[in-house]
Amino acid sequence: METNTSKQTTELGLGSGGADAEQYLTFMLNGEEYGVDILRVQEIKGWIPTTRIPNTPEYIRGVMNLRGAIVPIIDLRLRFAMPAIEYTATTVVIVLKVHSEGLERTIGFVVDAVSDVYNVSADQFRAAPDFGAHVHTDFIRALATVEEKMVILLDIDHLVSVEELDVPAAVH
Amino acid sequence: MAIDVAQFHQVFFEESFEGLEVMESGLVELEVGSPDIEAINAIFRAAHSIKGGSGTFGFSAISDFTHVLETLLDEMRAGKREVTRDAVDVLLLAVDSLRSMLDAARSGSDFDAQAVADVHHKLEEQLHQGAAPVAASAAPETAATSSAEQGLWRIEFVPELHLFATGNDPVRILRELERLGAFSAEVDLSRMPDYGIYDPETCYSSWRITLDGSVEEAAIREVFEWVEDDARITISREQPAQAEAESVTATSGPSLVPEAEDRRQGDRRQNDRRQGERRDGEAASAPPASSIRVDISKVDSLINLVGELVITQSMLGQFDDDSTPTNFAKLREGLAQLERNTRELQESVMRIRMLPISFSFNRFPRLVRDLSSKLGKEVELRIIGEQTELDKTVLEKIGDPLVHLVRNSLDHGIETPDTRMTAGKPAYGTLTLAARHEGGNIVIEIVDDGAGINTDILLAKARERGIVGVEETMTEEAIRDLIFHPGFSTAKEVSDVSGRGVGMDVVRRNIKELGGVIELESTVGVGTTIRIRLPLTLAILDGQLVRVGNQTYIVPLVSIIESLQATSDRVKSVAASAELYRLRGEYIPIIRLYELFGVEAQSTVLEQGLLVVVEGEGRRACIFVDELLGQQQVVIKSLETNYRKVDGISGATILGDGTVAMIIDAGGVIGLARKEQAGHLHTEQPKAA
Repeated sequence: METNTSKQTTELGLGSGGADAEQYLTFMLNGEEYGVDILRVQEIKGWIPTTRIPNTPEYIRGVMNLRGAIVPIIDLRLRFAMPAIEYTATTVVIVLKVHSEGLERTIGFVVDAVSDVYNVSADQFRAAPDFGAHVHTDFIRALATVEEKMVILLDIDHLVSVEELDVPAAVH
Repeated sequence: MAIDVAQFHQVFFEESFEGLEVMESGLVELEVGSPDIEAINAIFRAAHSIKGGSGTFGFSAISDFTHVLETLLDEMRAGKREVTRDAVDVLLLAVDSLRSMLDAARSGSDFDAQAVADVHHKLEEQLHQGAAPVAASAAPETAATSSAEQGLWRIEFVPELHLFATGNDPVRILRELERLGAFSAEVDLSRMPDYGIYDPETCYSSWRITLDGSVEEAAIREVFEWVEDDARITISREQPAQAEAESVTATSGPSLVPEAEDRRQGDRRQNDRRQGERRDGEAASAPPASSIRVDISKVDSLINLVGELVITQSMLGQFDDDSTPTNFAKLREGLAQLERNTRELQESVMRIRMLPISFSFNRFPRLVRDLSSKLGKEVELRIIGEQTELDKTVLEKIGDPLVHLVRNSLDHGIETPDTRMTAGKPAYGTLTLAARHEGGNIVIEIVDDGAGINTDILLAKARERGIVGVEETMTEEAIRDLIFHPGFSTAKEVSDVSGRGVGMDVVRRNIKELGGVIELESTVGVGTTIRIRLPLTLAILDGQLVRVGNQTYIVPLVSIIESLQATSDRVKSVAASAELYRLRGEYIPIIRLYELFGVEAQSTVLEQGLLVVVEGEGRRACIFVDELLGQQQVVIKSLETNYRKVDGISGATILGDGTVAMIIDAGGVIGLARKEQAGHLHTEQPKAA
């Protein structure tokens, strides 16, 4: 879809995207707003207790039964080393389709709350600045300004990258 | 019309491999001397389809090779050539070569050209050799051959107007003819209409062709084979050399045509009459493997449905006598779900993954034939229950162990004819492969009437190798069990058939991996029966539910030996870290699952919980759990689909209440515990290692 005209008409905000605008579902995490490609979203569920998988990192909350499929659940707060909070009635799990190594996996992510859906076009993307060594920016696809707010767009495939899932976690 | 033929390659390969199987089993069953014509026809048809297909898809090496094979078969079919054991051997070799060529073509690699050329040479040799004696015995054939050298072929080829619509290209046919020999063609455009009503998709032209007389008529007919229903084809000699020769051509001609009708092109055109004939022809020969090709993902979705059904069922099973209104609503919900499951199941029931075991058994006639002649033994193979169906995955994995067992029976079990005669048994041994369903299991038996297993020799051998202590006494059964001991072989010398000492332990391991058991019965002098019991499917297993703290785990029943209450006087410790449990003179390590899996247990005192004795990968361990819950069939779900493999866990399942429970892999847990232990020793006593 490389239409040149749409770029000129693109404006900020909802419902104004041209052909090259992508829709992002955003969610809240410790007061910050994150976005994921809406086409990757399979469903949004309420939190239900999971079954822990032995010897896995703390941020992997276990697995959940999603209509017969066994879906791992990752707590994004813990994954981003944010303070953990109690799961409440508003705690939601966003179930995403993640591509890694040619496979499509279904993985649930625990977030504080679902926020909104935005149209974001490529010219709204801002590259993430270098935060230095203590912040991993690999999984940040871009920063975008939408309605005067900063939205952190996640590269979901990278977030659940090879090192996270495919190599068995060390026992010790 | 540019069609990407590559999309049909897969089908071609599948059909060709099936064809090879038909040829192979046909050849093995072919009786030397008085062959069944219908059987030869079946083999010929299979070869012909492969040739046609490979030619169409441009695998010229394969089609050239098959051509020689086909010529040989054609002569056998026409009764011009005797079916000798040598010929069958060469044909079988050719089947192997074809298989390797097809394999290479499919994977895009190169085949062993030298080996193929050797077989090709052997085929040619057969072709020339066989012709001589028959020619001597039957004069008319000689006449036919000699007449072939004389006179040009005059072929009239008048296609029907709709020839193009059938996907045939006359140019291709003419090119094929050109390859046969000196060739000239004249085109007849008399049917060509005025330009105004000319239809470019109609074939108006016809041809008059002259061709070198040394070409065989059958070869010419073959070129026209795909179009013979859509064209008028007359083939005649320009100068009929001898009246005798004419009569031969006349008799051999009709015999070729109905044969040709049986062939593949029947599929192409939806000609009912032809289809009927084709079916009749097939019914007369051995029933062809009516194959199913199912996309595995469709099959898996069916298994998922079954899974959901089982879950629904166990959910419904929870409503006992408690008929409160809330329960009633839930029950309704459950029933609605059950209804949906059943409907979905019905819809996808066409996607079946059960296949008859004949897919695996079919290779044995050949194997037994080759091996018995190599070993100088006479063996009759009986196959019983080859239509017994089992899971495709199990079927694929059972093949190799079965081959191993059959080889063992032939090598060690069945004696040479002399020995058998001396023992008062018929000279030929009988090997029976039988399969049947028994409850939720499939039972496969390999029975031979050979020498049986001499437990004395076995025990002596075991003592010699130090597998068994000299003073140790063992039951017959336990001695026979030694066969499954790694590195144990009683073959007097290592042959390339068996006796390398790798094998039975691997066989047993493979079968255990499939959740099955292998049993052995034997009487000296009478024979040996090996019985394999396998679950029908790998998707469901019988599990023991155990509780550790608030977590529920499932231990497969096949890996549980027993469960017991621990008594403190039997618990011993080693190096203050490893715990052992003394059970009937054996020390078995204790694995505290809560430690290993990092969960909170209800109790850490061994006496307050239970020990589940499990065996995995040849090792035993006592798994310490809080409580045994119950036994139930569970549907195995892979963790790898959405996550990754986890040590000590073979999968997960969904319990009746909808929660997920991990299925414990006994071997994995034991391995994990050993690793843990090793790490422990290293960190605490770095110098101890």
